[in-house]
Amino acid sequence: MDKEFIARGAKRCPGGKFLLWLLPWALLLGFGLYAAGLCLVLGLNQTNMDNRFAFGLWIFLDLTIIAFGAGAFFTGFLLYILKIGELKAVINSAVAIGLVCYSGAIAVLMVDVGQPLRAWFTFWYPNVHSMLTEVTFCLSCYLTVLAIEYLPIVLKNRRLREVPSMLVFEHELHKLIYVLAGVGTFLSFFHQGSLGGLYGVLRGRPFAFREGLAVWPSTFFLFILSAAAVGPSFILLTTWMAEKISRKKLVRPEVLRLLGRISGLLLAVYVLAKTLDTLLWLNRTSPERGFPAWQYYSWRPFGTWILFAEIVLFGVLPALVLLTPRLRARTGWLVSAAAMACCGVALNRFVMTVQTLALPTLSFDRFLSYYPSWQEVGTFLAVVAYGVLVYSFSFRYLPLFPEERELKVEALAEEEELAAAGRY
Amino acid sequence: MNARYGMTIDVDRCNGCGACMVACAVENNVPPAHAGANDRNGLTWIRVYKVDNGQDYPDKRSAYIPVLCQQCGNDTPCVHVCPQQAVDVDPTTGVVGQMPERCLGCRYCMAACPYHARYFNWWDPAWPKGMEKTLNPDVAPRMRGVVEKCNFCHGRWHEARQRAAAMGIPETQPVDYVPACVEACPSGAIRFGDLNDGASEVARGAKEPNSFRLLEKLGTDPKIHYRSKRDWVREMGNAPRPAAGKENQRG
Repeated sequence: MDKEFIARGAKRCPGGKFLLWLLPWALLLGFGLYAAGLCLVLGLNQTNMDNRFAFGLWIFLDLTIIAFGAGAFFTGFLLYILKIGELKAVINSAVAIGLVCYSGAIAVLMVDVGQPLRAWFTFWYPNVHSMLTEVTFCLSCYLTVLAIEYLPIVLKNRRLREVPSMLVFEHELHKLIYVLAGVGTFLSFFHQGSLGGLYGVLRGRPFAFREGLAVWPSTFFLFILSAAAVGPSFILLTTWMAEKISRKKLVRPEVLRLLGRISGLLLAVYVLAKTLDTLLWLNRTSPERGFPAWQYYSWRPFGTWILFAEIVLFGVLPALVLLTPRLRARTGWLVSAAAMACCGVALNRFVMTVQTLALPTLSFDRFLSYYPSWQEVGTFLAVVAYGVLVYSFSFRYLPLFPEERELKVEALAEEEELAAAGRY
Repeated sequence: MNARYGMTIDVDRCNGCGACMVACAVENNVPPAHAGANDRNGLTWIRVYKVDNGQDYPDKRSAYIPVLCQQCGNDTPCVHVCPQQAVDVDPTTGVVGQMPERCLGCRYCMAACPYHARYFNWWDPAWPKGMEKTLNPDVAPRMRGVVEKCNFCHGRWHEARQRAAAMGIPETQPVDYVPACVEACPSGAIRFGDLNDGASEVARGAKEPNSFRLLEKLGTDPKIHYRSKRDWVREMGNAPRPAAGKENQRG
């Protein structure tokens, strides 16, 4: 029934099967919207956050998905600014993922604040010293850029291309793509950094506080690096998953390997920088503020294992795998290393958000734990479901992977060749 | 000269009666706790912690430390982080003010505060029937979804300021007033005044050898000065020192 909307040459499952795939995600989204609605209508008392755990699952989710969404700006930067042409095969998918991640994060932020109707106050009374102001400005500007970047992909839809004015519009938008890539890169660099700065500037929380350059703490730069490192890994993972779920070849294996190599290189630089930063913080920054760093790791369950997992297990190890051509050539290793890199960055965001708040600062205060309420989990799941739904629709109706058609033709030719060879 | 209002709290005199908490709540229209509230999400601008020296009987000793907004004077952590300037420091008094009408409820200031002295309105404020008549007309109740904290009884300061203006005292002159907690403390443990006035009791008390401030090494320059003759109580002002592998349950 929707065949006319599917790109020429692309084969997609029947409409009924597609609806069946959408159903559980739509139900999850409905459940999540109900949970988020409760928080909006009845207040944040529906969550398990409190005066000590002022941030919880949602901020962790925001920081993590925004890091994952960095693939959009970074792939755009590599393709349009550094002219790495091979990445054209994944750029549309990267933009769709970026849009999903950023819009999902902003939607959750709207639920997370106590007075969402006052969100515009930040634009009206901005405190230029606040990292959250920088985050708000960059996030909203970059989401606009992403929406404009996504628009040409939507306009590539088979039916929309039949409208001449749409075709012209798409062509004109394409002329802007270099500007958008540049603006997007600038904005994204800044807000990834300011998200890191959110915690790095907390001088009252020596676990998170870091020294840095000028007004930016070291976490500002570490967040940019880690997001740039994990963005390509996440694109790699999602492309691999899309291939597995759709049972189609979507990109050439070299593209995935290239993404892995870029990710590995940046991850190695990030791990090195993170290690130096950690050593400086352990030996100077924290003790100077009266907090011997060892005490942070004596509160269970946050032992030194968390530092080991973040830097070695999910940092050094995947970086080594991704930088070793022999291992990178094997899909299993490549995908596992990319997943580990994503876990490492997610763990880093968890440490910065949850562990920072769990640790007491006053000597007579307790170490407190926090478990999200079902409303928080529901809202979290709604973002996941929303992401899957938007990506599924984009995959079905838009040319997310421009090489798909070419690969299909090549595969058919190969099959025919083999068949012919078998005949004679 | 501008005032720099501050407090001294004699921990050795505090008996943990909680009168300061009650007086503060009544003065500042802090609503009664919601049925679903607990010690982690309730509202109180001043919280009295019971602490001990970590010893077992018969060496066990305990003390009470009232903790309220420390009115940080240097690079005030909450002021810097608020994205929409809902927190500021009044240069004429040194008091850190909170504007609930402008607060977005993002709670970034709560994450920034090392003293856990900021409170979020998780519920709509509600008073039992009839009790709303006891509300202080000089203080606006706060709505759900915003942050609030101690402001050294801004309503009282404002009233004192108006009285002073009526008497022709210029605005640049500090005014005399006391916050509700100071007035209510039965043992006189809490003193309030201008730290810039060298002759004031608080300025002298702040300089006493037994005086200490919470987390002084953070460099936030808090204006609440505690006092105790006991070494272990003064140690409480420093960062936590948990025994390796054990959770600190002393608080």
